[in-house]
Amino acid sequence: MSFQLICFYAFAAVTVGAALAVVTLKSPVHAALSLVLTFFSTACLWLLADAEFLAIALVLVYVGAVMVLFLFVVMMLDLDLDPLREGFVRALPFGLLVAVVMLAEMLALIGVRSMDLQAPVDPAAAAGMSNTVWLASALFSEFLLPFEVAALILTVGIIAAIPLTLRHRTGIKAQNPSRQVRVEARDRIRVVKMQAEKPAAANQETSAP
Amino acid sequence: MSWLIDLYHWFVTTFPTLSMALGLFLFPLLPLIIAVALYVWWERKVIGWMHVRMGPNKIGPLGLAQTFADVFKLLLKEVIYPANANKKLFLLAPLWALIPAFAAWAVVPIGPHVAWSDANAGLLFLLAMTSMGVYGIILAGWASNSRYAMLGAMRAAAQTISYEIAMGFSLVSVLVLAGSLNLSDIVAAQAGSKGILDWFLVPLLPMAVIYFVSGVAETNRAPFDVAEGESEIVAGFHVEYSGAPFAVFFLTEYANMILISFLAPVLFLGGWLSPFPASWGFLGAPSWVWLAIKAFFFATAFVWFRASFPRYRYDQIMRLGWKVFIPITIVWVFVAGCMKYFGWVTTGA
Repeated sequence: MSFQLICFYAFAAVTVGAALAVVTLKSPVHAALSLVLTFFSTACLWLLADAEFLAIALVLVYVGAVMVLFLFVVMMLDLDLDPLREGFVRALPFGLLVAVVMLAEMLALIGVRSMDLQAPVDPAAAAGMSNTVWLASALFSEFLLPFEVAALILTVGIIAAIPLTLRHRTGIKAQNPSRQVRVEARDRIRVVKMQAEKPAAANQETSAP
Repeated sequence: MSWLIDLYHWFVTTFPTLSMALGLFLFPLLPLIIAVALYVWWERKVIGWMHVRMGPNKIGPLGLAQTFADVFKLLLKEVIYPANANKKLFLLAPLWALIPAFAAWAVVPIGPHVAWSDANAGLLFLLAMTSMGVYGIILAGWASNSRYAMLGAMRAAAQTISYEIAMGFSLVSVLVLAGSLNLSDIVAAQAGSKGILDWFLVPLLPMAVIYFVSGVAETNRAPFDVAEGESEIVAGFHVEYSGAPFAVFFLTEYANMILISFLAPVLFLGGWLSPFPASWGFLGAPSWVWLAIKAFFFATAFVWFRASFPRYRYDQIMRLGWKVFIPITIVWVFVAGCMKYFGWVTTGA
């Protein structure tokens, strides 16, 4: 048993355990953190398969950005846990059904893959390039159009999300930085010429008591 | 002594992976902790001089042992848990901040391909690791069960994610010019006969500035330290921390600052390359000393900023990140693409 295989089993065990914890843990914050662990150990598995770009991108995008916002929302909401747990029991049969269907699909896929006897060749290694370079050259030459379409769809999604959540409030006191920068001293302050001291009035000598 | 060396060789050959992991753990860890201790001393000294004070000068020669004394004091103090704090997450948070900060050092090169992991996707790995650090802050804020800590965590999360985008885009233009994610290759792409004029600092000057400013914002340092904001929210996310967990947060912050100070030269200032033309002989030769000098300059700049600038207001931070930095970086990615395509810059020796 090679070291790589031991690593694979260890990471796979952590992935499965963490994924189970996501759906079974009581606290939503703990569940979200388990999801982070699931992503991270999945990234480790992908690293073992030499898919370094995908693995690190998974950590960068999902763990570093998406889950941070997710965790944030979960922390801010004070969730009432009891109705959620009732739903868990009610949805269990349906969830099991989905799980069984997915398992069957996966087994079918593995069966199809094992039928063609040749082991799949790592195209990056075959081309003598690193995973990232190969992925980039494939993405930006062969698959440029689908890539651009995906980018366009994502941009439209972002723009659509903004109008959905944008609310115009009246009466807010916002600053206009460009106006602030244009301000000059004479707009704000007026220098007045005047004497520093009032001359003492003539015959007004007060005598000390 | 020879039996010790024999034992070492036996250990390395019998457990190659274990000994490598052990070395990986010991090499960045111990020097980094000592560097952090000296950096804290240097910060207090510099800020002291800028305030016309002495700075620490009582413990050890020039006050050098001051930080070590402070650390031992912190380690021996009692750890106080706030009432109704989530104890597990409260203790996990500082570790979750510390581990990515140290893991990032695995790919930082100190010479041509001299790094623990000379990974092809080194730069991506760095970005991934630094983006993990924010969990420590968020968890600390939430698990403390304290209003101020929660406010600090909210500010830190929004700020870190915003500036990560600007930082990522500024790195994209470096990648466009260097054509590689490997940090050693990025430095090699800045080599040439003209010395300083071959560095990416020249074609990517706005990106270098944005990278370092975003780095200051990412590490939550002044003038972007609203996550701590002593005058508003006491100490922000670590307000409830005392003793050893607080020391871990402190260590993380300074380790991240040293990391940014090393990366800025590697990405924009030619790493270990000399600023002088190669024909100058000894002065023009690449050496790790150049990298150390450049890193020291940036590390001092962190302190310099802290003593010079007042804290940004929160909405100003967001405006700077989203409305100033991100548009400039996107435009400069295009400019860098033109530079590469039309051959305006030559990369590599």
